[in-house]
Amino acid sequence: MADSTTGEAFVEFERVQKSYDGENLVVKDLNLSMPKGEFLTMLGPSGSGKTTCLMMLAGFETATHGDIRLGGTSINNIPPHKRGIGMVFQNYALFPHMTIAENLSFPLEVRKIGKSEREKKVQHALDMVEMGAFGGRRPAQLSGGQQQRIALARALVFEPELVLMDEPLGALDKQLREKMQFEITDLAHRLGITTVYVTHDQTEALTMSDRVAVFDDGRIQQLAPPDLLYEEPENSFVAQFIGENNTMLGVVKEIRGEEALVQLDGGELIDCKPVNVTAVGDRTRVSIRPERVEYNPERLKPGAHTLKAEVLEFIYMGDIFRTRLRVAGNDEFIIKTRNAPDQRRLSPGEQIEIGWLPQDCRALDA
Amino acid sequence: MSDASDATTAKRGPTPDDGLKVAKSGPVLAADGTPLKRSLARALRMQKMRALMLIAPLLVFVLLSFIVPIVSMLFRSVENEIVENTLPYTTEQLAQWDGTTDQLPGEPVYQALYFDMFLAAELKRHTRLGTRLNYESTGMSSLFRQSGRKLDDPGKDYRKAFQGVDDGWTDSATWLSLMTGDPSADRDTALVKAQKARLARLDDTRLPGLPEFAPSTEISELLPLTARTYTAFAVMTELVDEKDMAKAKPIESVYVALAADLAAADVTGYSGPEADRLKALAASGAATAPDFAAIFADIDKDWANVATWRTIQTHAAPYTSGYFLNAVDMRKTPEGAQAQPEDKRILVKLFIRTLIMSLIITGSCILLGYPVAWILANLPMRSANLLMILVLLPFWTSLLVRTSAWKVMLQQQGVINEVLVWLGMVNDADRLVLINNQTGTIIAMTHILLPFMILPMYSVMQTIQPSYLRAAKSLGATNWTAFWRVYFPQTVPGIGAGSILVFILSIGYYITPEIVGGTKGVFISNRIAYHISSSLNWGLAAALGTILLIVVLLLYWAYDKIVGIDNVKLG
Repeated sequence: MADSTTGEAFVEFERVQKSYDGENLVVKDLNLSMPKGEFLTMLGPSGSGKTTCLMMLAGFETATHGDIRLGGTSINNIPPHKRGIGMVFQNYALFPHMTIAENLSFPLEVRKIGKSEREKKVQHALDMVEMGAFGGRRPAQLSGGQQQRIALARALVFEPELVLMDEPLGALDKQLREKMQFEITDLAHRLGITTVYVTHDQTEALTMSDRVAVFDDGRIQQLAPPDLLYEEPENSFVAQFIGENNTMLGVVKEIRGEEALVQLDGGELIDCKPVNVTAVGDRTRVSIRPERVEYNPERLKPGAHTLKAEVLEFIYMGDIFRTRLRVAGNDEFIIKTRNAPDQRRLSPGEQIEIGWLPQDCRALDA
Repeated sequence: MSDASDATTAKRGPTPDDGLKVAKSGPVLAADGTPLKRSLARALRMQKMRALMLIAPLLVFVLLSFIVPIVSMLFRSVENEIVENTLPYTTEQLAQWDGTTDQLPGEPVYQALYFDMFLAAELKRHTRLGTRLNYESTGMSSLFRQSGRKLDDPGKDYRKAFQGVDDGWTDSATWLSLMTGDPSADRDTALVKAQKARLARLDDTRLPGLPEFAPSTEISELLPLTARTYTAFAVMTELVDEKDMAKAKPIESVYVALAADLAAADVTGYSGPEADRLKALAASGAATAPDFAAIFADIDKDWANVATWRTIQTHAAPYTSGYFLNAVDMRKTPEGAQAQPEDKRILVKLFIRTLIMSLIITGSCILLGYPVAWILANLPMRSANLLMILVLLPFWTSLLVRTSAWKVMLQQQGVINEVLVWLGMVNDADRLVLINNQTGTIIAMTHILLPFMILPMYSVMQTIQPSYLRAAKSLGATNWTAFWRVYFPQTVPGIGAGSILVFILSIGYYITPEIVGGTKGVFISNRIAYHISSSLNWGLAAALGTILLIVVLLLYWAYDKIVGIDNVKLG
């Protein structure tokens, strides 16, 4: 369970639970605190409760238990239209019967803002997403990427302090998605708005966020900045969900401070960093990132742990090589190496020795 | 998403036909050297032919069973050939009469009328014309019926007189040999054909072949009226009755015709068959010139009335605007179109009532159907299906059963009134009058047409994602604003489709108003049905139907202009 209190809390979930049917909890005991200006991503597989959390924050779902606070005041009983939260929907939800300008003008109209000011703000918001010339068009006349920008502009035009985004890039193709990822983060940081972003795409989460909350089974499994999340997963779900990972099952034999001795199921003994194993004899899942494994003997750092391995498959992927090995009885052990001029290409059948630093090898729950 | 396709088209690599375009500067050719356009057209033609063949059975069926009858029915609204067909010579003569003066038409008109009417009465067609003219002026029907009956009398008088001169005039052989003339003489086949065509039009049938009889040219020049009348008689005997001319007794009008001819012609130079008899008859003085005007004045004094002749003259044209004028409470008079007398003006009122009531029915269908459609679209699948069955249930019940049920419900002693009285909401003494008036029609028709409103609205609402409402609320709109500004506008195509359906259906509805409408709650379609099946004024029924069709098309056009037919979604 992760609980972070960096800076003064702007958005807070306290012991929030949600059940739709009265039998199962979709969100279990959620605690989360966000400072102003943060870009936080809720990442998780479908059904993990991340969208429900977002909907509770937006006011479209009510929490079964617990308190949600915005700027220090509880918003549990405030209807969505009074929360002043901007929201970008997965399918954009641009009103098809209105022009782009009318769409953007809508939140200002319902706030009874004068016509001239409204026009100014609409134009400003359109310019902000580089769509200044499209005010007279209808949503159906725009491409997916353009609709996405308009949806963003509409969520920002009434200058909310908090913006929620529900998988906003899910419908775009890869290139456009990468471009929009950058634009959204840039805009969010430029305007200093607090953003809660929901996605199931881990690359998106890692590249865009200040912090990522990894959801599974109705709980936040880990809440951390992207680099920590990647390099120091706190449990085996996070380790496997974020990025590629080699895992091997074993039993803890010995714990001495920052090092643990683990006997793999294949019989080999390796040194690991104990993360959430506490006692000798615990079952553990050892995880090593593929790019942290070295096979060039001269590059092996002193103190590195070595194991014998057999090359099963070598895949040339352009910028990297991806090699599948058999290590300690595990046929799915992957290593990734950079395509450098002096890098040796392995061939199937070759017997090699691989190694890694004990701190890169994390002993997690089984 | 469209972005994906944008991206692919933008970065489209070279395709096979790029090579073709580069290679040839002229028209692009297909692989076998034919122009690409032509081979494309050929490839598509097969598809088009196949598609056409698939729809052909239905197309033919609809054409034969629907379009053709409708067009021919609508054509009846202007068709008026009955006057000309029944009284061909009379209308010809009457065209020269000036109906604006108070002068009665001259003797030629009465003479033509006598022979036209006689032949029509022989074929029992004069009453139909009487019925037709009775639409325009009451009394015409009985005038024609009585006149047809009394036309024999002058003919019988002449026959008796001719018989007094020579017994042979009652003999069919005498007549046949006189009219046929010398076996080698020239035949007036033009007259035969003209009379055959006249009879065919009069009897409204096709007559096969030509009669064996044909008058000699000599006799048809000497005794034109007799020749014409006798030829018509011959066509009738041989082609209509299929009898032998040698045995057929001449009809009475032939005697009248001969008397008229003899009074005008000089037969002393005639030397053909039966010349002696004819000369003897001419010399005897028995063949006095008939006074046709007096004959008709004697039959009915209305024939001496200018108004009767004006009516016939006004409606003699083969195409008439009369039915359409009748349909809008006007009538065709010699002085042009005029309003009907006050007590006969009902149709315009009926049209307006039909339109207004259809609008009310459409409106109440929208009001009642919208919430139901909304619930249908927002309920979970299972409950929505159940509710849908309830909505569709009326479709599976006979229309008559449903309407009759309303008759039971809406009676003053019926279910609704009983319940209201029992609840104490209505006094026993003044129970609500819910049936045999407009209220009854509106209630029953709203119920019957409701599914036609709900279904299109439902199918449109189903496509509106809930995220639109959420988006609106997150942007600061209250529930009402979100509904009114965001949800409702998106359902307008469904409302439009439902309204067009309900309105067009109700404007032509017949059974329900007939059963529950009484006299005040009936529609124009009930009037049309009345003219089709009771008064048999098909022309007026067709005119009313045509106007109804035009009104619907106009409304459709107006709807297209205002809302746009592209915005109509049926599903």
